[in-house]
Amino acid sequence: MRVLTSYLIGLIFGVGISISGMANPAKVLNFFDVAGTWDPSLAFVMGGALVVTFIGYRFILKRSAPFLSARFQLPTRRDLDLPLIGGSAVFGVGWGIAGFCPGGALPALGTGRTDVLVFVAALLGGIIAAKLLQAKLTNRAQAQA
Amino acid sequence: MIETVFTPFQSLGGGALIGLASVLLMATLGRVMGATGILAGLMQPANLSDWSWRAAVLGGMISGPIAVLLMTGQLPAVQVPVSTTMLVVGGFIVGVGVTFGSGCTSGHGVCGMARLSPRSIAATLTFMLTTGITVFVVRHILGA
Repeated sequence: MRVLTSYLIGLIFGVGISISGMANPAKVLNFFDVAGTWDPSLAFVMGGALVVTFIGYRFILKRSAPFLSARFQLPTRRDLDLPLIGGSAVFGVGWGIAGFCPGGALPALGTGRTDVLVFVAALLGGIIAAKLLQAKLTNRAQAQA
Repeated sequence: MIETVFTPFQSLGGGALIGLASVLLMATLGRVMGATGILAGLMQPANLSDWSWRAAVLGGMISGPIAVLLMTGQLPAVQVPVSTTMLVVGGFIVGVGVTFGSGCTSGHGVCGMARLSPRSIAATLTFMLTTGITVFVVRHILGA
């Protein structure tokens, strides 16, 4: 039940990404190219997604628990720190270079294009490298403490 | 550079579906619909049940373009106006950034912003700004 539900939710997400243009780097990069071939479509993607999620979450999170799980697993931190801001800044640089973000690229794998595979392989490489670096930094911090 | 057509209705409708998926994942499994988190958790799952829902979401995502093909008769447009080198370099940088930043456009930009999380609002403003700066530098200063 959980697996089938998850698959269908992923499918809705994948269709949404496909229709919206988020899986198309040309369209994504043009949103940011206000000084050139500007295409404001991405603002409508974000707007549509935010309005639906904002309203839906208001109803869902009033419940004591989700339907198929024991509890809601939400991030609880509210502080701003260097990894959050620095990491997000770095993410933007990569997004601006390649034109794919993870949420756009994963559904785009379904088109079978080699260039999407190349991007996702590099993305996984970056995630693994960052996890190794994070583990090293944590060990060093513990050694000093 | 490739000119693209402004598609307000498709983009709004697609965005609404992204939102619907985010609401449904919270309603059923109580999880944030973040591509980064789902992908990272696939590589380091807590247990088999944790791995299986993530794999199923990813499978559904990948089926998205095929469902569009079945409904409309054509795959969604994917136009890549950058070189393979830029895809590899950009992809690696994105992977490092989203890991340290704990999320990307879906996790922070949609789910976190919808909860009015200060961390997600700060993260989204930051990456939107640096993406804009990067596109400007790449296209108008370096001329790539």
